[in-house]
Amino acid sequence: MQAWWNEFSADFYQNFIAEMRYMDLLNGLKTTLIITIFSVLLGFIIGFLVSIVRSTYDKTGRLKILNFICNIYLTIIRGTPVVLQLLITYFVIFASVRIDKTFAAVLAFGINSGAYVAEIFRSGIMSVDNGQMEAGRSLGLSYNTTMWSIIMPQALKNVLPALGNEVIVLLKETAVAGYIAISDLTKAADVIRSRTYEPFFPLIGVAIIYLIMVMGLTKCVSILERRLRESDMR
Amino acid sequence: MICVNNLHKSFGKLEVLNGIDEHIKKGEVVAIIGPSGSGKSTFLRCLNLLETPTDGKILLDGEEITSKTCDIDKMREKMGMVFQQFNLFPHLSVLDNMTLAPVKLNKMSKDDAQKKALELLKTVGLEEKASEYPVKLSGGQKQRVAIVRALMMDPEVMLFDEPTSALDPEMVGEVLEVMKKLADDGMTMVVVTHEMGFAKEVASRVLFMDEGIIMEQGTPDQIFNQPTHPRTKSFLSKVL
Repeated sequence: MQAWWNEFSADFYQNFIAEMRYMDLLNGLKTTLIITIFSVLLGFIIGFLVSIVRSTYDKTGRLKILNFICNIYLTIIRGTPVVLQLLITYFVIFASVRIDKTFAAVLAFGINSGAYVAEIFRSGIMSVDNGQMEAGRSLGLSYNTTMWSIIMPQALKNVLPALGNEVIVLLKETAVAGYIAISDLTKAADVIRSRTYEPFFPLIGVAIIYLIMVMGLTKCVSILERRLRESDMR
Repeated sequence: MICVNNLHKSFGKLEVLNGIDEHIKKGEVVAIIGPSGSGKSTFLRCLNLLETPTDGKILLDGEEITSKTCDIDKMREKMGMVFQQFNLFPHLSVLDNMTLAPVKLNKMSKDDAQKKALELLKTVGLEEKASEYPVKLSGGQKQRVAIVRALMMDPEVMLFDEPTSALDPEMVGEVLEVMKKLADDGMTMVVVTHEMGFAKEVASRVLFMDEGIIMEQGTPDQIFNQPTHPRTKSFLSKVL
């Protein structure tokens, strides 16, 4: 027992403490969080706009050209792997320009996430009964005002679990950022593994970090959900 | 007040309205009856352009609302509408349901709107429900809120699309009571209904619709006691 403990603490020290390796992990975590947060923001903005275009087309037949463009975007993004989109963004699209790798990653993951968020938002908008739009319009509200103050709040509430899930997926998806040599959390663990030849601690340790973040996010979503459900309480 | 000229509406190949000419005067209570699929609801929904007519003209106070240049949002403010399915906004309290439109459209301040909403709620006996969410109301209560919500905009005419059809029988009375009071106050009303009793008692004129046209119209007495058209007779013999 004593021997096992000694080995355990030695390995722990070797993998996390020695040569300030915990700083590598912390910096990796910071990069992962930065990429996640900004891609989520970008994804939500893109997704919101695309869903408005698509559902307006579905409901009224307007915005035909924009809808067509949005469809192309959705097809391409959802039809190719995100790793490939990341590589293309950095090595093809920005081939001749020196840009920050993290920025390229935010762009790639944000544009990718936007496609999924758009469909989530759209399903939410379409799930709100058409009578709500009619009631709003019959009171003299414009299409836009009705959309904004009557349809959207209900749609958002309906899709909140799916949106929370998308954030979680995105957080984990950023683990492929290492493909363009970004030192995110996963990459940091892998680097430590290659230095210490000890895969267990860095990989399991980082897996636990991801797990804790995802559990935290899940908790946040369920709190938010409960608050938005207030109007459903009988 | 509302003038309808040669109104046509078709959904694809299906012709729902086949040329309707109708003039609704201020203060009238017009009940529209007829079998289902006869175009009653479509006609009503055309009046505030929830359905876009395929052909024909609709004039409100002399202004052609079917013209492309017409600001339909502005015209809809003059026409309140009550739906079969109530269509209250479930994410807003009763009070917010009522104040949303007048405040958003800058018709009144939030305080004035709330004051007015509470007064209106009192007239339908629901002032203690002001802060509740719609899900806590019964069908009859929801429909009464829907009526006063429409009244918040001070409409010149109220359109009712089968307002009691989705209600439990015991709740029909409370909604009809509110509508009757509204009629007594001189509100112009167009009511698509299956409540023959209401049509008989409250309407100043009854339209019988079938096959997308107004087959017969007249005072309730004429329609219910001396119908002339065979379709009217057979319809009434089934529902009365």
